[in-house]
Amino acid sequence: MSVEIKRKFKVVGAALLAAGVAANALSGCSSSGTTTSGGSSAAQGTYTFWDPYPQYDETSAWAKVIDSCAATAGVTIKRSGYDTSGLTNKALLAGQQNNSADILLVDNPVVSTLASAGILTTTDQNKLAVGDVATNILSAGVIDGKTYGVPIGANTLALYYNPKVLKAAGVDVASITDWTSLTAALQKVTAAGHKGITFSAIGTEEGSFQFLPWFWGSGADLTKLDSDKAVSSLQLWTDWVKKGYAPNSVINNTQTTSWQEFQTGDFAFAENGTWQKADAAKMGDQVVPLPGATGGSAPAPTGGEFLTIPIQKDTSRYAVSSKIVACLTSTENVVKTDNTLNYISAGKDAQAAQLSGDATLKPWVDAVQVAKARTGDNLGTKYPKISEQLWTAVQKALSGSASPADALKAAQAAVK
Amino acid sequence: MTAQLSVPARRIRRRGTWTAWAFIAPVVIYLLVFYAYPLARNVELSVRAYTVRSFIDGTAPFVGFANYRAVFANPTFGPALLNTGLFVGVSILFQFTIGLALAVFFVRHFPLSGTLRALFLVPWLLPLLVSGSAWSWMLNSDSGIVNSFLEAAGIGQINWLTSPQWSLIAVLIANIWIGIPFNLVILYSGLEGIPLDVYEAASIDGANGWQKFLRITLPLLRPVSAITVLLGLVYTLKVFDLIWIMTRGGPADSSTTFAIWAYRLGFGSLLPDFSPAAAVGNLLILVALIFGLIYIRTQSRLDPA
Repeated sequence: MSVEIKRKFKVVGAALLAAGVAANALSGCSSSGTTTSGGSSAAQGTYTFWDPYPQYDETSAWAKVIDSCAATAGVTIKRSGYDTSGLTNKALLAGQQNNSADILLVDNPVVSTLASAGILTTTDQNKLAVGDVATNILSAGVIDGKTYGVPIGANTLALYYNPKVLKAAGVDVASITDWTSLTAALQKVTAAGHKGITFSAIGTEEGSFQFLPWFWGSGADLTKLDSDKAVSSLQLWTDWVKKGYAPNSVINNTQTTSWQEFQTGDFAFAENGTWQKADAAKMGDQVVPLPGATGGSAPAPTGGEFLTIPIQKDTSRYAVSSKIVACLTSTENVVKTDNTLNYISAGKDAQAAQLSGDATLKPWVDAVQVAKARTGDNLGTKYPKISEQLWTAVQKALSGSASPADALKAAQAAVK
Repeated sequence: MTAQLSVPARRIRRRGTWTAWAFIAPVVIYLLVFYAYPLARNVELSVRAYTVRSFIDGTAPFVGFANYRAVFANPTFGPALLNTGLFVGVSILFQFTIGLALAVFFVRHFPLSGTLRALFLVPWLLPLLVSGSAWSWMLNSDSGIVNSFLEAAGIGQINWLTSPQWSLIAVLIANIWIGIPFNLVILYSGLEGIPLDVYEAASIDGANGWQKFLRITLPLLRPVSAITVLLGLVYTLKVFDLIWIMTRGGPADSSTTFAIWAYRLGFGSLLPDFSPAAAVGNLLILVALIFGLIYIRTQSRLDPA
C-alpha cells in the first residue's frame, strides 16, 4: 500500500514539477519573445504598421500604397488592421510593453489620449514635416503647442436631402440658410405628409458627433456647456422631436440606423457624413452644408485618422518612419488613398487635386474647410468627459426627463 | 512484508496528507490564478487612481477609498442602485412564477409536450445579441411591431426604448422572456422528482388542486426553488449585453444598472476610467456574495442533516 502511495506521489509530484517548469519556461519565453521580436524589428528591414482598416487585406489599394512607400524608404512593412474601437487599448498595452508599432494610424480624438499617456513622439523628435495641412484639421493632434501626428484625411457631416420629397412639399433647398428657414422647411414637409429630418442622438460618441455642428453652429463653446447659445441649440433639437419633425427613434439611432431611415425615401433631410456620399448618389440625394444658427455654414466635427509615430527604444527608426509617413501623405498618394477611404484630403494642394478629379466633392471640401477638430483648442483629454456629459444632456432633453437648460447645467456641473 | 506492517501510523498519515494536497493542487492553482488573482487585481484597481499614463509607466497613486466615495457621491449611484434592485427583483419574480406555472403545465405529459418544451427553450439558447437586437426591432417607437399592435388596439404609441419611464420596463420584458426557459427546465426536473403517491394520499384526504399545490408541491420543491432563485439572482445581477444593446443604459440613466455603469465608466467613453469602474464592479461582487451567503444559510436550515 505504501508503495502505491509512494508511486502515486512521485507521479503527481513529477507532474506538478513539470507544470511548474513549463510555466516558468513559457513566461520566460514570452518575455524573451518580446525582446527577440523587438530585436528582430530593430534588425534592418521590417517596420510595423497598425491601422483601423481591417476591411482592407494585402490585395487592397491601401496595402499596395503602403508597400510602395516602404519600398522607396528601403524597408518592408508588416501591416495589421484592427477594429478601431480596440486599437486605443491595443496601442496602450503595446506601449506598456515597449513593443509599440513603428507607425500607428488612430482616430483623431484618440491622439491626445495616447499623447498624454506618453507613447507618441512629437514632430520635434521624429522630424516629420507637417506641410500645408489645414490648421483646423491638424489641431486634433496639437497638444500644448506640440504636434503629435498628421492627418491621413478628414471627413465630416453635412445635410443630405431628398429632392423628390422637397419638391412634393414645395420647399426650395436654396431657401434653407439658417435654423429658422430649416425649421420652416421641416414644418412644410411634415404638413405635406412626409417625415422631416433624421439624425443620431444616441448615448455614445456618435451622438455627440452629430450634435456638435448644431452646438458649434449656435456659437457655443465646449468649455461652457450651459451657455445660452448652447441651450438654444439643444432647444432646437428638442422642439423638432416634440413637434414630430424628427422621429422619437433618433434617441437610439446610430448614424447607420439613421441613414437606413433616410433610405426608406420618406424623409426630407438626414444629417450624415462623407462616407455615405456614394450611397446617396445612387439614390439621387444631394447635399448642402449644415446651416448655422443665423446663417453661414455650421462648423462640423472632423472624423478621420492621424498618422502617428510611437516612441521606440531605438530612436534611429524615426527617420525611416517619418519618410514612410511623408510618402503616404504626399499629394499623389494621399489623393488616391482619400478617394478610396471616402475622405477629403487635409492639405490645400491635395484638396485641389481631389476637386479637379471629382467636382462633386465641392460641398464636402467646403465643409471640411470650416470643420473643427473635437479635441482641438487644447481640449485634449478633457474632451471625452465633456462629450459624455454632452450626449447625456442631449438624451435627457430629447427624452423629456429634463429641460435643455437644466440638462446642460447638470452637464457643465459634472464636467467641473 | 512484516516490516511494512509495523510502520508507525504518523508516517502513513503524513504521506496521506501530502498525496491529498498533491491531488488538490491543480484545482487550488486554477482557483488562485483565475479567481483570486483577478479579484485581488480588481480590488487593487479600485484603491488606486489609474490614468492612461499608468498603463505605460505603472505609476498609480494609492488613494484608499476615494474611488468608492466618488462612486457613492456620483448622481448616477442612486438610480443605478434602484434600477439594479428593481431589475433583479421583478425579473426573478416573473421568471420564477411563469417558469413554475409552465413546469406544472408540462408535468401532465400530453402528446407533443416534449416538443413544445424543447421549443420553449429557444429564448435561452439564442445568443443575447440576437435576442437583444430582435427585441430592439420589435420595440422600436415608430416602426416596431409591438407599437403597431398597440395602435391597432387603440392604445397609441409607447416609446419603449427612448422614454425614461418605459426603458427599464422594456429591458425587463426582454430579460423575463429570456429567463423563463431556465426556470422551466430546472423546476420541471424538480417537479418530476416529487413522488406521485403523496398526491394520491392527499386526494384521498380530500385536498383540491390548489391545496395540493400549496401544501405539497411548493414545500417539496423548496431546495430546487432555492438554487433556481440563487442562480437566477446572480445571473441577473450581471446582465449587461441585453441592456447595452437595447438602450445603452437608457435615456438619462433610466435603465442603468451597476453592470452597465461599470462598463460605461471603463469602456463607454473615449478615455477609459478604470478605477471607478473597478469600484462599481467590486460593489456588484459584494452584492452577489451576500446573496450567496444567504443561500448557504437557507440551505443549511433546509437540510439539517
